[in-house]
Amino acid sequence: MIDEKFDAIVVGAGMAGNGAAYTLAKRGLKVLQLERGEYSGSKNVQGAILYSDMLEKIIPDFREDAPLERHLVEQRFWMMDDRSHVGLHYRSEDFNEEAPNRYTIIRAQFDKWFSGKVREAGALVVCETTVTELVQDAYGKVIGVKTDRGGGQIHADVVVLAEGVSGLLGTRAGLRKIPKPTDVALAVKEMHFLPQETIEDRFLLKGDEGVVIEAAGTISEGMTGMGFIYTNKECISLGIGCLVSDFQKTGRSPYQLLETFKQHPSVAPLIAGSEVKEYAAHLIPEGGYKAIPQLFGDGWVVVGDAAQLNNAIHREGSNLAMTSGRIAAEAIFQVKSRKEPMTAQNLSLYKTLLEQSFIIKDLKKYKDMPQLLHIQSQNFFLTYPQLVSKAMQNFVRVDGTPKIEKEKMTLKSFTSARSWAGLFGDAFRLARAWR
Amino acid sequence: MATADPAVRVEDKLFQNRYLVDAGRCHIKVRPHTTPTPALKALLTACPARCYELNANGQVEIAADGCVECGTCRIIGEPSGDIEWNYPRGGYGVLFKFG
Ligand SMILES: Cc1cc2nc3c(=O)[nH]c(=O)nc-3n(C[C@H](O)[C@H](O)[C@H](O)COP(=O)(O)OP(=O)(O)OC[C@H]3O[C@@H](n4cnc5c(N)ncnc54)[C@H](O)[C@@H]3O)c2cc1C
Ligand code: SF4
Repeated sequence: MIDEKFDAIVVGAGMAGNGAAYTLAKRGLKVLQLERGEYSGSKNVQGAILYSDMLEKIIPDFREDAPLERHLVEQRFWMMDDRSHVGLHYRSEDFNEEAPNRYTIIRAQFDKWFSGKVREAGALVVCETTVTELVQDAYGKVIGVKTDRGGGQIHADVVVLAEGVSGLLGTRAGLRKIPKPTDVALAVKEMHFLPQETIEDRFLLKGDEGVVIEAAGTISEGMTGMGFIYTNKECISLGIGCLVSDFQKTGRSPYQLLETFKQHPSVAPLIAGSEVKEYAAHLIPEGGYKAIPQLFGDGWVVVGDAAQLNNAIHREGSNLAMTSGRIAAEAIFQVKSRKEPMTAQNLSLYKTLLEQSFIIKDLKKYKDMPQLLHIQSQNFFLTYPQLVSKAMQNFVRVDGTPKIEKEKMTLKSFTSARSWAGLFGDAFRLARAWR
Repeated sequence: MATADPAVRVEDKLFQNRYLVDAGRCHIKVRPHTTPTPALKALLTACPARCYELNANGQVEIAADGCVECGTCRIIGEPSGDIEWNYPRGGYGVLFKFG
């Protein structure tokens, strides 16, 4: 099959793999990228919000031809109980800027475009090929890969593992452990198609403006989870995800949860009359800083979701993926320029550079958040949303009850559902984990 | 949630998707067993494509034609050896149009 030797083999053509392969090829390295999908993107699932800044650092003029859906002018956070939502909406004309900061995208289309750029940059991209094994020498150094296309081994100085969250190759080779059910969420989503004008009317949008909604509360039925509703040009992405361990524990079915979310009185009118054209599911790394595995070794580095680089609090993943890919590529380029071997010691530069970037800094900031939300999921995802909804209703409903009584009722509902100590404790723990 | 579950068939959802099925080559295998372990039982509900079913003898079986390759069953069932998980051959399996 392929008997030449490469400077680098990139496994996977998602955000991380494309970021890495593009950067390596641009720097003149001889790159082979292998992707199991029919094309780059055909296996990938995302909400999907694209963060411009990180893509600009790789492809500065991406806006010229990338398939972008809508630029975001409004962000909504909803705290939901069964019949209501309490919302925080932020909309600003500032987001109608010359070079918008965030866009919605459709992954299958976006990845195809990104992959085209990787090819233009000079990498050899081979799709419909699953890498089945990492080839290691007698000392454990990774020296290449084997694929399901037969033809034996393909060799390279370094292998960039951009294989996504479940990371089969790396775990099989013993480079890292399989993610724990408490460290990954399963998200299910659907694409709801509607006429463009209908979407613009329902969400009060003009032109290419877009809105995203992040929702939490009783929709996850006490599990650690979130829902989302994102506007694209002619469709709405809608989905919900919860920790795998919670699905395992509760026996709830993910698609039932999705269906209940869709029927919520705050959600149903937004998608009424839509035609669903796809149902997808994917894992999301949720373990944060403490779940990051060994990032490099002799002859290999791991980037993106496979390295569990995902900021669940801010719903950022693709940007961490493409940035870690770019940074790994820069580290490899530096080692190569010095004409040094791809040893663990030399490749540790990747980790050093990563630590100087927003990626590790952000993940470190929230290092205690996952544990807090997982252990307290009943309080944060069920009890509090219900209480807040009740408090809001108490506040706005005019029924002749003196206001002082109303305030007492609200306070009492909080303290009887969760003791003073519990409330203060949660507030304190949340503040500390946020710090 | 207090309200009853809305009626939904995952088959209707999967029907929208595109697949290239690798006939006769299932990429996931369930370890033969007489009574299912808790991990195997969890797969009956956790799989978002409902690929796992109980057969007439009360054993867990897989039919992976509708599999969306999310990897959830691998996370739950591989560490205990209950299932063996591989990617479909290159090009086969689910083909997302949107993702
Ligand atoms: C529902 C959902 C919503 C999300 N929303 C957002 C969002 O709004 N914004 C955001 O920034 N992030 C979001 N994320 C996270 C984001 O999608 C991921 O962080 C990102 O896709 C990770 O990129 P990656 O390249 O590391 O992995 P992936 O995109 O998963 O790419 C891995 C690639 O490797 C290929 N591959 C794997 N193994 C092999 C093999 N053995 N041989 C060959 N090829 C292989 C796969 O086919 C795939 O193409 C969301 C995720 C989900 C599931
Ligand atoms: S990979 Fe996901 S969809 Fe496929 S069988 Fe496993 S849990 Fe079900």
